[in-house]
Amino acid sequence: MRFGSIIKVALRALMRNTMRSILTALGIIIGVGAVIAMVSIGNGAKAQVEAQVASLGQNVITVFSGSMSSGGMRGGWGSSPSLTIEDAEAIEREVTGIVGVSPEVRDRNQVLANGLNWNTSVNGESPDYPDIRSWKIASGAMFSDQDVRSVAKVCVIGKTVADQLFANGDPVGQTLRIRNIPFKVLGVLDSKGFNLFGQDQDDAVLVPYTSHMKRLSRRSYISSILIQAASADVIDKVQKDITEVLTQRRKGREPDFTVRNQVELAQTATATTQTMTLLLAAIASVSLLVGGIGIMNIMLVSVTERTREIGIRLAIGAHGSDVLMQFLIEATILSSLGGVIGILLGIGSSQLVSHLNGWPVLVSTASVVIAFVFSAAVGMFFGFYPARKAAQLDPIDALRYE
Amino acid sequence: MPPVVKIEEIHKIYDSGEVPVHAVRGVTLEIERGDFVALMGASGSGKSTLMNLLGCLDRPTRGRYLLDGIDVSQLDRNALADIRNQKLGFVFQGFNLLARTTALENVELPMLYGARKFTTKQIRERAMHCLDIVGLSQRFDHFPSQLSGGQQQRVAIARALVNEPQVLLADEPTGNLDTRTSAEVMGVFQKLNDEGITIVMVTHELDIAHFCKRNLILRDGVMVRDEAVSNRSFAATELEKLSSAEAAAKLTGAKT
Ligand SMILES: Nc1ncnc2c1ncn2[C@@H]1O[C@H](COP(=O)(O)OP(=O)(O)OP(=O)(O)O)[C@@H](O)[C@H]1O
Ligand SMILES: [Mg+2]
Repeated sequence: MRFGSIIKVALRALMRNTMRSILTALGIIIGVGAVIAMVSIGNGAKAQVEAQVASLGQNVITVFSGSMSSGGMRGGWGSSPSLTIEDAEAIEREVTGIVGVSPEVRDRNQVLANGLNWNTSVNGESPDYPDIRSWKIASGAMFSDQDVRSVAKVCVIGKTVADQLFANGDPVGQTLRIRNIPFKVLGVLDSKGFNLFGQDQDDAVLVPYTSHMKRLSRRSYISSILIQAASADVIDKVQKDITEVLTQRRKGREPDFTVRNQVELAQTATATTQTMTLLLAAIASVSLLVGGIGIMNIMLVSVTERTREIGIRLAIGAHGSDVLMQFLIEATILSSLGGVIGILLGIGSSQLVSHLNGWPVLVSTASVVIAFVFSAAVGMFFGFYPARKAAQLDPIDALRYE
Repeated sequence: MPPVVKIEEIHKIYDSGEVPVHAVRGVTLEIERGDFVALMGASGSGKSTLMNLLGCLDRPTRGRYLLDGIDVSQLDRNALADIRNQKLGFVFQGFNLLARTTALENVELPMLYGARKFTTKQIRERAMHCLDIVGLSQRFDHFPSQLSGGQQQRVAIARALVNEPQVLLADEPTGNLDTRTSAEVMGVFQKLNDEGITIVMVTHELDIAHFCKRNLILRDGVMVRDEAVSNRSFAATELEKLSSAEAAAKLTGAKT
């Protein structure tokens, strides 16, 4: 029998019991809808995380002080001060394929200006820092190497700090006080938003790392070193060379530093998303299973109801395979229509969620295609048993069936 | 030319119940092309069983069946389906039309399953032509529930004709019809037979059997009589007679 006629017969049979067909497809509709909605929300979150990882800068390698394990005790990153300015200088000198290095020292301080005060993160960095983080200066300029050498009392402030302390008026050229030491504002950074851990990156004041160490924190150690590799191709080699240089400088002592690149950070950040994806897949398969059983049930009822029709078709010359096809296609149409409705429902509800909660959602083509293919496959799989039952009927028995 | 139907010592034993039922006990029969046969017998004598065997809907327990020279007792399920589709037309006792499917679509059905490929237009035209033969072309878009019993039976006949079968088999085609409609259906059969189609039909009624050329009588699964019809009835004259009888009884106000 021709495909067109089979589809026509199947649609007519489904339409004859519209309510029943809808209820049967409901399992698939709800399952697919829920999965599409969740995947879209999850994808949105993942895309956001990825954007945040990218906002760390391009090809960035970070050296943290403290190692993952020292003498059996495992400390957190930066737990034991061990990195020095000399380490940073050695890296800059000896490792090739580097375009920027910034030693980092950070702490929180009360910052005063215009009779206002604000608690913020005060970061000691090198002039390379904005380039490494691909962070533009909105107005004014970054401090220079000269400022680093001369331990200058200068700073560059983030957008949030500028808004809080210099609400009206240009901060560039003005002075703010950190620990009662006046720092001249050289520039204001562009807005960068929140980072991976939900911190406002614009809530910061950048000062030369020498100034931070000598005037503010009075530390002799730096907490981390930010390094930018020339390209993604050399990042692994640069990472290895850095490890080597630092290890040599420690002359056989146990390594007390950790080198991480951006890709590894991104992987850590997306690990949760992967767990969620797995969970979703589990939910999806359970709901499709339940939906499929519903379809099988209704198809069995349908085969019994239409035994006489099957008998007539067989008596007139239909092969078993014609009857099999007819019921299989009916089940597949039922489930894939359910899939389509579910997909629309999922897209609609995820848009609604994004509208109401402001969550980022991302409907991926792949998830839509996979959801459709799976729902069609469910119909085929669970429709097979009833369809085969129909195909194996004996024409006379079927005709005699009351 | 060999006979279109040739059965030799055919037996059918139903094994499904507690006691096996020997419904057909060694029937031997030849039917020539162009013949018009009525199969008669008491209820339970095995007429429907024999028709199902002739119609390739069921397999004989024993015996040989040559249809148009082909030994069909050896064929598999799909080959039998093709034989039913191409060589046979079956008119069932209970009409067996697809409900919620128009008369035209019911008639088109055998062409959808056949090995022969038709265009949609050809299918439509042939189905319309067959509805025309049975005088129902005006009602092509009616559903079975909108047709009378006689009209449904005629749709079933059109469906049986549509693939130009060698043999038309009808199990009590007039069983559910009144005298007039029965005569009309027999008129259709006589017309088809005049055009050369071989017809085998089951009937309980002797006057219906008189429309045929040859009468067979089955008793307890055995063929007990096989004779030519001498005083054959013709639909046109019978309908004429009916009309005048009805007019006399004031049943209708038609011609006197
Ligand atoms: N599927 C079946 N299983 C068991 N026995 C059957 C089956 N079909 C028919 N029979 C038996 O076979 C015998 C012949 O039945 P069949 O239907 O051929 O009779 P028939 O001549 O067509 O009768 P009627 O005029 O009432 O239609 C009967 O005794 C019947 O009970
Ligand atoms: Mg019978």
